[in-house]
Amino acid sequence: METKALIEALRGSQFLEGLKQNHIQKIAEMAMEVQFSRDQIIFREGDECGLFYLLLSGKVALEISAPGRIVRVQTVGEGDELGWSSLLAGDGKQFQARSLEPVRALVFDGTRLRQACEEDPAFGYNLMLRIVKVVSRRLQATRLQLLDLYAPRGVKLV
Amino acid sequence: MSAIPVAAPALPPQMIAARVAGIAQETSDTYTLTLEAAGEGPALPAFQPGQFSMLYVCGVGEMPISISGGSVEGGRHVYTVRSVGKATHALVHSAKGAMVGVRGPFGTAWPLEEARGKDVIVAAGGIGLAPLRGAIEQILHNRSDYGHLVVLYGARSPRDLLYRKQLAEWGRKKKVEVLVTVDYAGEKWRGNVGVVTTLFRYVRLNPEGTVAMICGPEIMMRYVVRELARRAVPDEAIYLSMERNMKCALGFCGHCQLGPYFVCKDGPVFPYTAMRPWLDKHEA
Repeated sequence: METKALIEALRGSQFLEGLKQNHIQKIAEMAMEVQFSRDQIIFREGDECGLFYLLLSGKVALEISAPGRIVRVQTVGEGDELGWSSLLAGDGKQFQARSLEPVRALVFDGTRLRQACEEDPAFGYNLMLRIVKVVSRRLQATRLQLLDLYAPRGVKLV
Repeated sequence: MSAIPVAAPALPPQMIAARVAGIAQETSDTYTLTLEAAGEGPALPAFQPGQFSMLYVCGVGEMPISISGGSVEGGRHVYTVRSVGKATHALVHSAKGAMVGVRGPFGTAWPLEEARGKDVIVAAGGIGLAPLRGAIEQILHNRSDYGHLVVLYGARSPRDLLYRKQLAEWGRKKKVEVLVTVDYAGEKWRGNVGVVTTLFRYVRLNPEGTVAMICGPEIMMRYVVRELARRAVPDEAIYLSMERNMKCALGFCGHCQLGPYFVCKDGPVFPYTAMRPWLDKHEA
């Protein structure tokens, strides 16, 4: 993808909405376009994968393996981010990510992004603010999922 | 303290004998029944989407059930019923041709007149899609009267989805966007996973020209309202169907009282502005 198209794609991303032009430019310099075919494993649970993705199109499922089955806990799609934990050094991936459709995405090296955050605190603050929003939104969605709102009435929590 | 309006005395509508003309299983515990007038008796009354009837199973009991279709064809009522107790269990296990008593219709309807010329967003959770189905059918039947239609529907799992065939049919129509999600799924499911509010990321709304109609568990409705507010949809354009503890359908018994309102008589469809003070109350 050419730099101009890349910058346009980043500008259109909900995740980066409102980010200053120079910060968009900085991110664009670190981005690379990748594609995944349907049913491709993007990363596995426990992987030390340090990549962060912004999805341009397609749908990705986050899955967890249980004995004899795989449970889908969430899907993410166009405009969403994937692999935010790569921006925090340390643990491996908590879930497995699988493309449910052909996926186009921009990929970033988490270590490089972190370095950029440290070198330019204003950039780092703005990026981390967006990551916190993502984490907050997903935490809220997970809590709602845990409430099991559609269970028949009379099914009570202990 | 504001005065609680006193229910005006009203004669309950006459019970009409209906016959089960068809029954289809939607999920493990939910069925859709089509009722038509029995024999030479009076026709089933006309209704507006959002209203409900009291359905009576002889010798078992009576229950309030939202009318989930039939208004477009006329003459028939469609009810989607989840088996949760004795009366609903008996109703959903009625044989084809069985007699069912119908009183109604009761209550308020979805604001289909107000929505004319505007975009409509429908957000439903679980069996909450049933009271909205009639409204969706009306919009599709009078397609040129409305703008873009967005249907957001969330269910517990793929097995718990209602009206699968119809959802697919609606989604194929022009100016209609149907997004479905489930809270949990196995690997055969290719659709969205996550709570219904996560679907808002994928829709673009014209906040000034949109009417929102919501039905589902109250917690879900609160979060949907927040998503609409984030997208600048005015509170005045948001409508909810509340279905709390309705028993008599006439505002006499008080079981469904919610603040100054009786859900069965003043609702079940309310403007959000009327519900705003009461939605997050533990007891009201």
